[in-house]
Amino acid sequence: MNGLIGHGALLISVAVIVLGIGAGVMAGRLRTQDWINAVYSAVYTNFVLVTIATGAMVVALVTHDFSVSYVAQVGSRATPLFYTIISLWSALEGSILFWGWVLSLYAAVVVWTNRRRAGALVPWSATALLGVSLFFAILLIGPANPFHPVYPVPSDGPGPNPLLQNHILMAVHPPLLYLGYVGMTVPFAFAVGAMLSGEIGSNDWIKLTHRWTLLSWGFLSAAIIAGMWWSYEVLGWGGYWAWDPVENASFMPWLTATAFLHSAIMQERRSMLRLWNVNLVVGTFVLTILGTFLTRSGIISSVHAFTTGTIGYFFLAFIALVLVASLGLVAGNSDRLGSAGNLDSAASRETVFLLNNLFLTVFMFTVLVGTLFPLVAEAIRGVKVSVGEPFFNRMSLPVVIVLVFLMGVGPALPWGRASRDEMRRKLVPPAAGAALLLAIALVAGMRNAYALAVVALAGYSIVANAREIVIGMQARHEARGEAWGVALLKLASGNRRRFGGYLAHIGVFAVAIGIAASSSMRSDREATLKPGESITVAGRTLRLKSVWGRDETQRSVVGATLEFVENGRVAGIIEPRMNFYPASQQPVPTPAVRSSLLGDVYVNLQAFRPDGSNVTVKVIYEPLVPWIWAGGLIVVLGAITSILPQRVRVAHEADARQPATGARGALAGLHANVEAT
Amino acid sequence: MNWRRASLGVAAALPVIALLAWGMTRDPKDIPSPLPGKSAPSFALSVFAPGQQPLARTVGDTVRLADLRGQVVVLNFWASWCLSCRDEHVTLSAVARQYAGKPIQFLGVLYNDEPVSGTAWIKEMGGQSYASLNDPGARTAIDYGLYGVPETFFLDVHGRVAYKQTGPASAQVLARVADSLLAVAEKDGAPTNRNR
Repeated sequence: MNGLIGHGALLISVAVIVLGIGAGVMAGRLRTQDWINAVYSAVYTNFVLVTIATGAMVVALVTHDFSVSYVAQVGSRATPLFYTIISLWSALEGSILFWGWVLSLYAAVVVWTNRRRAGALVPWSATALLGVSLFFAILLIGPANPFHPVYPVPSDGPGPNPLLQNHILMAVHPPLLYLGYVGMTVPFAFAVGAMLSGEIGSNDWIKLTHRWTLLSWGFLSAAIIAGMWWSYEVLGWGGYWAWDPVENASFMPWLTATAFLHSAIMQERRSMLRLWNVNLVVGTFVLTILGTFLTRSGIISSVHAFTTGTIGYFFLAFIALVLVASLGLVAGNSDRLGSAGNLDSAASRETVFLLNNLFLTVFMFTVLVGTLFPLVAEAIRGVKVSVGEPFFNRMSLPVVIVLVFLMGVGPALPWGRASRDEMRRKLVPPAAGAALLLAIALVAGMRNAYALAVVALAGYSIVANAREIVIGMQARHEARGEAWGVALLKLASGNRRRFGGYLAHIGVFAVAIGIAASSSMRSDREATLKPGESITVAGRTLRLKSVWGRDETQRSVVGATLEFVENGRVAGIIEPRMNFYPASQQPVPTPAVRSSLLGDVYVNLQAFRPDGSNVTVKVIYEPLVPWIWAGGLIVVLGAITSILPQRVRVAHEADARQPATGARGALAGLHANVEAT
Repeated sequence: MNWRRASLGVAAALPVIALLAWGMTRDPKDIPSPLPGKSAPSFALSVFAPGQQPLARTVGDTVRLADLRGQVVVLNFWASWCLSCRDEHVTLSAVARQYAGKPIQFLGVLYNDEPVSGTAWIKEMGGQSYASLNDPGARTAIDYGLYGVPETFFLDVHGRVAYKQTGPASAQVLARVADSLLAVAEKDGAPTNRNR
């Protein structure tokens, strides 16, 4: 029954999408309200249908309906309810269904919030969104159909991949990633809509796109950090980033989206970089599809690759279509996208933004080359090569150092032209921050030159960004007599996007410092211990207390209890485990982490004697790892601050300038906020 | 819309698409070895698991590759912690038994594992027809450029690597390669050491 409902809803949705695309083309050409309404209705109907299909899948999972192929593949009666629900995205078909649902949700929200906007931009954008939806809908009724009937119906299933039901972040990282990744379709749809409607010459579409990019970028940032955290918590090697193709696939669009968030401001304020911006928006979307293709088609081997069938060929056809259509459209519109503005002076924020875009793009291409190089090398020279961490680290570290520095210089410099005196006043004092952090790092024992450079420049840029906030507070304090706290709040709410930007910068500095310290100053040891014996790593002593085993509902667990010994007394315990799932013969290591502000003690149970007489543990001390997670949180807070609607006062101004658009209610800020930067 | 520029844009997309399409025809897990056609690296390893009659060897004896010249050698690298090794275990054991009496030697080589665990594993899997060798420090595995376990090397009568199987071997592949190598051995005349 669930299978019938789900599959039926998806079949109808294909028909609705096809009709909607047809209506969209008519709406775009004739611009009559009836056709426009027809497209919008198709978008809403598609959302309802995909929601029904996704709901049917969740019901099938929860009720253990093993007549549905996807449930037979990932379901199990022993799996706890929570992991049963989130196993919706634990394998290929379910994750495509979830993707399709997120996309249909975005499309519906985009259309709803812009439904009264005049012109052909929104109808064409809705048509582009339906076009992308069509691809996923075809996957869902064809090669990735999760609703295949299974007969005879099995009485139980294997449950999700053990690694995917071993940690709570399974509920966090994938949805965030989809929200970020799929969300990049929206800016792309606006770009396509702007080109097809002829509105590409105006800067108006950029304002709309900027805000939606911020939203997706916020989700993607959170997803990347959550993914790092997840791999750190579950994989037992104490690392969080390995330049795996899938990690690169999420990072590349993040880089181009970050570049766009800055270059869009250039267009809004100075009408510069118009062609470049279209390229960044389209490129970001192409990178999301390319990343999905690379990791879902089996073309490149990766730890994340799902097992694949013919789905790779569908992705190939789709990526070919997207590349041809978008490159053709962008190139065909390029003569309408000349820059109207000019650079006034090299000493200005504009210059820093240009450099920031240059380096972010170089960074993206470095990662792209490293990811695709094995393919290119085999095509041209017939040799198998693999590109590993040393390449990526060596190539990206200098770029990261420059970017961290630019993130301090940019906010300090004014738009237009900075006088020599202004430059000195703005750019010299933050050097104190660099000196301070450099001294601290040296005292703490950091010796790696790259790490020291990152930490010192982060110190510079933290001061530069914090200073901008303090200067703003000071001005309010002196001019209006506001208390410092009130001044901060008013400052933050008065220009949310700029304030959110500073906040995001500070988050990035925390991440950079965390990565620099944890990767350059990590120490680890491995030892086989009998109960009562101890191991000491980086001055921290752990004593094995006991080895134990127990059965839980869906798995059995072997664990070790170790005590932190400080000055002869026990200062806490840590319990690394190995979880055994019935469907898998290999245990899933479940390391234990004890975090403090200054660093993590990370213990992984490597091996044990069945009689409990000894265990082999790996103990890692990694300084400042929590800074990475905290920094990620600050970045997200920055993104949220920037997205929050501006106060109503500004919204009225925006409406006043565009009377044709009418009342937009609470979402008025969507457009208004961008004015304020 | 400037159609000339648009077509240039489309032309720029084509090489990328061609590269990706070509990539679809490749299997990224298929790692070529420089060894096939080359002389197999020599080894001298001691037997830790005896195997069963008629293929049994004495535990502790040293097996040297040089002494096997003139015979086809099937070298299977495995480990007790390796899951795919379980899949091919019965097949390998049975095929080796079928070829008993012919100038072909099946040998297991334990990779990154303890002989104790290896012996226990063989027992658990219901025995193995041919003997397995211990490879302390994985020296031989490194010489053979092992990519992972299981991996099976077929050496011809001249001591050259004729074929390499990455991943579990099927009965068909084993029989086909073994038969062709044995046919060459017969054509080349009686097994001798003349090519040394």
